[in-house]
Amino acid sequence: MLSLTLERQSWAHRIPVGWKLATLFALTFVTFPLDSIAPIVAGLALVLLGWTSLGRAGFQASLRALRPVLWFVVIILVYHIFVGRLHQGAVIVLKMLLLFGFANFVTMTSRLSDMMDLVIRLLSPLRRVGIPPERIALAFALVIRFTPVLGQRGARLAEAWRARSARRAGPRIIAPLAVSALDDADQVAEALRARGGLRE
Amino acid sequence: MERNIVYIAVFAALIAALGLLPKVTLLSGIPITAQSMGIMLCGAMLGARKGALAVLLFLGLVALGLPLLAGGRGGLGVFTTPWAGFLFGFPVAAFATGLSMRWMRGARVGVAAGVASVFGGIGVLYLIAVPYYMAMTGAALPDAIATAMIPFVPGDLVKAVVAGAITGTIYKARPRAVMSRA
Repeated sequence: MLSLTLERQSWAHRIPVGWKLATLFALTFVTFPLDSIAPIVAGLALVLLGWTSLGRAGFQASLRALRPVLWFVVIILVYHIFVGRLHQGAVIVLKMLLLFGFANFVTMTSRLSDMMDLVIRLLSPLRRVGIPPERIALAFALVIRFTPVLGQRGARLAEAWRARSARRAGPRIIAPLAVSALDDADQVAEALRARGGLRE
Repeated sequence: MERNIVYIAVFAALIAALGLLPKVTLLSGIPITAQSMGIMLCGAMLGARKGALAVLLFLGLVALGLPLLAGGRGGLGVFTTPWAGFLFGFPVAAFATGLSMRWMRGARVGVAAGVASVFGGIGVLYLIAVPYYMAMTGAALPDAIATAMIPFVPGDLVKAVVAGAITGTIYKARPRAVMSRA
């Protein structure tokens, strides 16, 4: 399965994931009360600089990720022009672009396995309330394995439907997809138990 | 124990797989995807606690950078838009769906799942998403309802009915798998 991380290494890939996430959270709290445009634009300029430092492919991937957000930008701007509060609309839109741009920068420069390690480490206090972090790691791994399997099976069910009917399959394939997934789940659970199971 | 964790993982994967299905565009031009139906199914099938955990697991993988949201979106950026209230509301919606499944123990599974999906997957979800949208954009309540709610509710109602029907079908095929009734 494709991850959104950039293959090509950059200076930002070498910064520990924890630092990048901490910066993102700090940025969220710092920008939230801001009400003037200048500091947000300065932040945006820094983010743009960060994007360009990722090379051509990185810059293009950043722009591509931005596309669905632009639609939201238009809606919000139109609304604020309509109610006559252009300044407020501009602040909201710029803030959103700043946070989205930086969050995306973090995602593109962090490997999935590093992120996962960090999350497992952050969640390890949950052991005290009876949820060992290894179990969370197992769940993550299972989802990563199951998702392409279910995706392919869904596509096959849709194909089989089209072979028999002129109409599109639509939601009719979801029930058989879910039933087959549940059968898989029972087998995987039994296989886990047969190999010693999860310790309580 | 093993069964619980594998079921939670399979339903998280099912939400992701539903995001891969081709989307239907309504007359209003708003695309509807099957993904939010996955949230309803989690609550209706797994019950409140496990349903919410499955949704959290799915969102966790999105946040880690997997492009699992409908349209191939993912990463930390999706949690920063004014519409992120829907994402934050998803686990609560699954929990509420599962909870109301329990209140309707006596009803037929498919009917109960449909009603529970309307309550959790629509009612509770918008109760979180709309105020979040207002807080992030400064929109007034009527405007927030007009832009963030009205366009999506017709599709959501269809999805709730379909989620109920699917849960009923699964209950006939694999009664033990509907954990909210176990």
